[in-house]
Amino acid sequence: MFKITENAISVDALHEQVLRDYHGAVVTFAGVVRDHSGETKTQFLEYEAYADMAEKKMAEIGAEVNEKWGIEQIAILHRIGRLEIGEISVLIAVASPHRAEAIHACHYAIDRLKEIVPIWKKEVGEDGAFWVEGPSKAAEKNRDDS
Amino acid sequence: MKVKLLFFASCRDIVGVKETDFELEASATLGDLKYSLRSTYPQLATREKTLSFAVNAEYADDSVKLSEGDEIALIPPVSGG
Repeated sequence: MFKITENAISVDALHEQVLRDYHGAVVTFAGVVRDHSGETKTQFLEYEAYADMAEKKMAEIGAEVNEKWGIEQIAILHRIGRLEIGEISVLIAVASPHRAEAIHACHYAIDRLKEIVPIWKKEVGEDGAFWVEGPSKAAEKNRDDS
Repeated sequence: MKVKLLFFASCRDIVGVKETDFELEASATLGDLKYSLRSTYPQLATREKTLSFAVNAEYADDSVKLSEGDEIALIPPVSGG
């Protein structure tokens, strides 16, 4: 399953879905909302997605980990809308017969997601709101005082 | 021909709409569209170098030929996760 959702994500939401009897490992990565960005305090985040394309690109990541590590069971959920500090923004679960493949594949999947999946976050803090663009903190930010 | 433009994140804030129809000459490429966008949306000029484009939900380069009804998204650098 590769899905954009507006609903809260629980940490075990994908565990049963990827687990099969022949598996010996399930690796789960949860990205959560941090209370700061550099020196700036974050109040909450707002995520938006090009949902059709995002789900398609997440499925492509699934195909890539299948090709690289033979992983058959991977699921990715990404939430959009307003998220509070500590809430899960993205959840990735990968299962495999042995741990190494699942660990590598999960790491790869979150890195790829940050590269190619059309989702954006806006950090809302005391100084205003900023669209974060690109992976780096040094990336250009677009100021928006709304 | 008519195509649909989609704006996200900072581009949507700058342009002020989520989507709009856009008129192009038949057989136009994505590169042609980008050229037209410069005069229609001069306020996006500073963003152009950072933008990627998608045609019908797939990343595309300037040589891609567009068709009536295509959905073209302006994609600022992504920041999911």
